[in-house]
Amino acid sequence: MKLCEMTAYELSAALAERRVSAVEVVKAVFERIDAWEEELRCYITLDREGALAAAREVDAERAKGAKGTKGAKEANSRPLAGIPVAVKDNLSTRGLPTTCGSRHLQHYIPPYDATVIEKIRAAGMIVIGKTNMDEFAMGSSTETSGFYPTRNPWDTARIPGGSSGGSAAAVAAGEAVLALGSDTGGSIRQPAAFCGVVGLKPTYGLVSRYGLGAYGSSFDQVGPLARDVRDTAMLLQVLAGYDPLDSTSIHREVPDYLAALGGDVRGLVVGLPQEYFSPGIDSGVRAAVLAAVKVLEEGGAIIKEVSLPHTEYALAAFYLIAPSECSSNLARFDGIRYGYRAAGAPDTVTMFCRSRAESFGPEVKRRIMLGTYALSSGYYDAYYLKAQRVRTLVKQDFDKAFAECQVLVTPTTPTTAFRLGEKINDPLAMYMTDICTIPVNMAALPAISVPCGLVGGLPVGLQLIAPVLQEELLLRTAYYYEQAAAPLSHCPKPEPKPEPKPSSEVSK
Amino acid sequence: MNYETIIGLEVHAELLTASKLWCGCSTAFGNEPNTQVCPICLGLPGTLPVLNEKAVEYAVKAGLALGCRIAEWSRFDRKQYFYPDLPKAYQISQYDLPLCREGRVVITVDGLSREVGILRVHLEEEAGKLVHSGESLHGSEYSLVDYNRGGIPLIEIVTAPDLRSPEEARIFLERLRTVLRYIGVSDCKMEEGSLRCDANVNLRIKDEEGEYRTPIVEIKNLNSFRAVERALTYEVRRQVDEFMEKGRPPAGTDLSRTKVTAGWNEALGRTYVQRQKELADDYRYFPDPDLPPVVLSSEQVEKWRAELPELPEEKESRFRREYGLPAYDAAVLTASRAVADLFEETARLTGDAKMVSNWVMGEVFRLLKGAGDDLEQALRHCSITPAALAELLLFVKNERINANSGKEVLEEMYRTGKAATQIIAEKGLEQISGRDQLAGLVAEVIAAHPGVVEDIKNGKKAAIGFLVGQVMKATKGKANPKLVNELITQSLS
Ligand SMILES: [Zn+2]
Repeated sequence: MKLCEMTAYELSAALAERRVSAVEVVKAVFERIDAWEEELRCYITLDREGALAAAREVDAERAKGAKGTKGAKEANSRPLAGIPVAVKDNLSTRGLPTTCGSRHLQHYIPPYDATVIEKIRAAGMIVIGKTNMDEFAMGSSTETSGFYPTRNPWDTARIPGGSSGGSAAAVAAGEAVLALGSDTGGSIRQPAAFCGVVGLKPTYGLVSRYGLGAYGSSFDQVGPLARDVRDTAMLLQVLAGYDPLDSTSIHREVPDYLAALGGDVRGLVVGLPQEYFSPGIDSGVRAAVLAAVKVLEEGGAIIKEVSLPHTEYALAAFYLIAPSECSSNLARFDGIRYGYRAAGAPDTVTMFCRSRAESFGPEVKRRIMLGTYALSSGYYDAYYLKAQRVRTLVKQDFDKAFAECQVLVTPTTPTTAFRLGEKINDPLAMYMTDICTIPVNMAALPAISVPCGLVGGLPVGLQLIAPVLQEELLLRTAYYYEQAAAPLSHCPKPEPKPEPKPSSEVSK
Repeated sequence: MNYETIIGLEVHAELLTASKLWCGCSTAFGNEPNTQVCPICLGLPGTLPVLNEKAVEYAVKAGLALGCRIAEWSRFDRKQYFYPDLPKAYQISQYDLPLCREGRVVITVDGLSREVGILRVHLEEEAGKLVHSGESLHGSEYSLVDYNRGGIPLIEIVTAPDLRSPEEARIFLERLRTVLRYIGVSDCKMEEGSLRCDANVNLRIKDEEGEYRTPIVEIKNLNSFRAVERALTYEVRRQVDEFMEKGRPPAGTDLSRTKVTAGWNEALGRTYVQRQKELADDYRYFPDPDLPPVVLSSEQVEKWRAELPELPEEKESRFRREYGLPAYDAAVLTASRAVADLFEETARLTGDAKMVSNWVMGEVFRLLKGAGDDLEQALRHCSITPAALAELLLFVKNERINANSGKEVLEEMYRTGKAATQIIAEKGLEQISGRDQLAGLVAEVIAAHPGVVEDIKNGKKAAIGFLVGQVMKATKGKANPKLVNELITQSLS
């Protein structure tokens, strides 16, 4: 197996035992990038030199540690040191362009690191580059990216999902081992499902938002994407925790997520919300999800039908609140201090208008207009406020459901990955692809998407939803399922081309 | 025609916290542009605000000092508009749930007490500052932005439309400054912009046709007490003239929702219309999702209340009671905490409150007024401390120097910062109070002016003054005039 196709857990062991160096791992990832990136376009910015320098540093430290006494200790305290990670381009990276997928920020280089970037750097992880995304995370296919769409590694005629499509595709394709995404209405879970990887949206407030380019501030969460549940747990361990720079972050001890993985599902009460198995769900997807439910049932879980009656209003309410917040969050992109500034405007107002009009894409403009309208005087009560009331009802639905069961199981998406161009001119159809994930953000809950097989050669995602701060339960259940079902028999690979050198084979 | 003037003020005061409202940047005034900035106060993508708790404390203390009710639960909202000095294109402010509501301030106008309602006090952030190559943003070749000020905490204080004249408006504003300075939450320097005022004014006109209200004019950014009074006086006059000239608008015209925004041209001494609003601006306020609500326990609020110093009203009545000061003197001396402290401490050191109040209100004020109309600022920046003043006044009280020399010494102290003892020694001002030292001189003067002595003996008592003057002249003013007078009278009787 190629180094770039191994999991972080496996690589961590190989690195700790010094069977492989961080430089070799990073080189392997860049070999895959050289072979496939031209077609997939997972990244907006690659940082080959920075990554190799960081890898050399990790190797040097490990060599020093091995000579001294703290070698083993070091490997334990920084298990992900030397592991390549792809970072969604809406996370602020000092010295590395951070475009948020927008032409407006094409040349913006931040002077500071997001809290999660500080954390992954402190963990010794190697940032490979910044991944492609829908512009300002507004989209479900990466097609609204201001630069180019990303292709799904399972079928390059199809989209990888979005908005964290570049991150999901990079992990699936071996162009990264792990990735960071952000999830406002499904932006981690939906591309994870479409690309056959695991994606976790943490409880709102578990992971710091400091340095995450804001879209819908009351929904946004940063989270991990990985090839399996164990890797997801390891990355979440690095990301989670209170941050004094984020007033909405939760003050609480971070549990040991890796330790939570053992155990079975005997007696676990699993709820199937009937609204998520409606006729709108593709029959192949439904069958795959129900087969996964069967695996849990066979493991001793108790399956129970539950109802989340306000589900049908969640999407509409989300598309009032999130645009309202984004209309405000994106107002700062006025061309004054940084970002795109239109030339030759005769006055300031014209400069604001043109700078924004010329650099934002149609989907971003649509949402800014929606939100501006919803917050306008005379409409605020009817739209923004009413949507907030719906949000409360959606939350109450989940509270009631969790009185009857411990974890909810649904499809992550109604269909498998669709074709490039299939929905880009039909915003409503595009919004519908997040119908299973959005209610979770409305209720600030944690949820994970794990692959549950292929339909027509394309991955299907199984979504598990838990009460607030029950990430351990989510990971344990997902891990049990993954181990019991081994849902994906292979990973996607580039068309065989003349391979550069077989130097990145694992020496065992 | 009979009319009533209706004025309400919106006052912004910068708080004296060491760091900004949402980040750790310094709030110091007057440094190089854009040296007190960070990703947060520049509003870079991804940054988030974290509330400075000191600012909440100061805002609540201001509310308490203005007699407000403090909200147990309040929150921050985004006020949205585009302007180059506003890095996030929204100002984090408070909309429908401010920290403080329903207060009152008592002012004295023409010796009568008037109560002015405070509608609300809320906390918000300051914007940056624009420097134009030309006159204004519009029409300048270029404009520069300094974000040092951006994010400094501000309180906005909104009064009820209770003020009835431009003079009342100025007196209220002075009172407000006194209170905010007393509690130490703002330095209220209008010239540096740490206190700013917008004034809303219109008239309620009553004539034979009934009552009519002129459209409200909001005069923006008044940056001195004088400007507040002058601009309002001008605007009232203008509205009266306009009514006299044009009368009522045609029937069916609804002007009640029209609001005119005006500027004040200090040089020309007139207001000018900036824009006419049909309705209130739509700032699309909504709760800031980045900030949790501010929840204050009553214990916390009571703790802050207990920390408040003696407020001017209380101090004024105590000064009348304790020092027997007339009402006017007590009011003047307590109008500034620094002045009140100077008075009280100097009175303690000299044991003579009456003398100290005369000197402070007379000579000290005369000197301070030379440094501008802000007595408190002038006092803080000069060397006249209670100890220094007491030292001088003890010389006068003990008749070691006379009152005129005392004034001279005070002026020198104020100018040079030297101590009274030093100045008196250098100038040799100490009075000659020894009978023996003066007796010979008195005898000489009497001998030299037999004619005058004759006049005195013939009952022209006033001529004694001439002889005293001669002795004073001979001693270069150092003789104790009282003693000289006594000695002359003695030797002629
Ligand atoms: Zn700052």
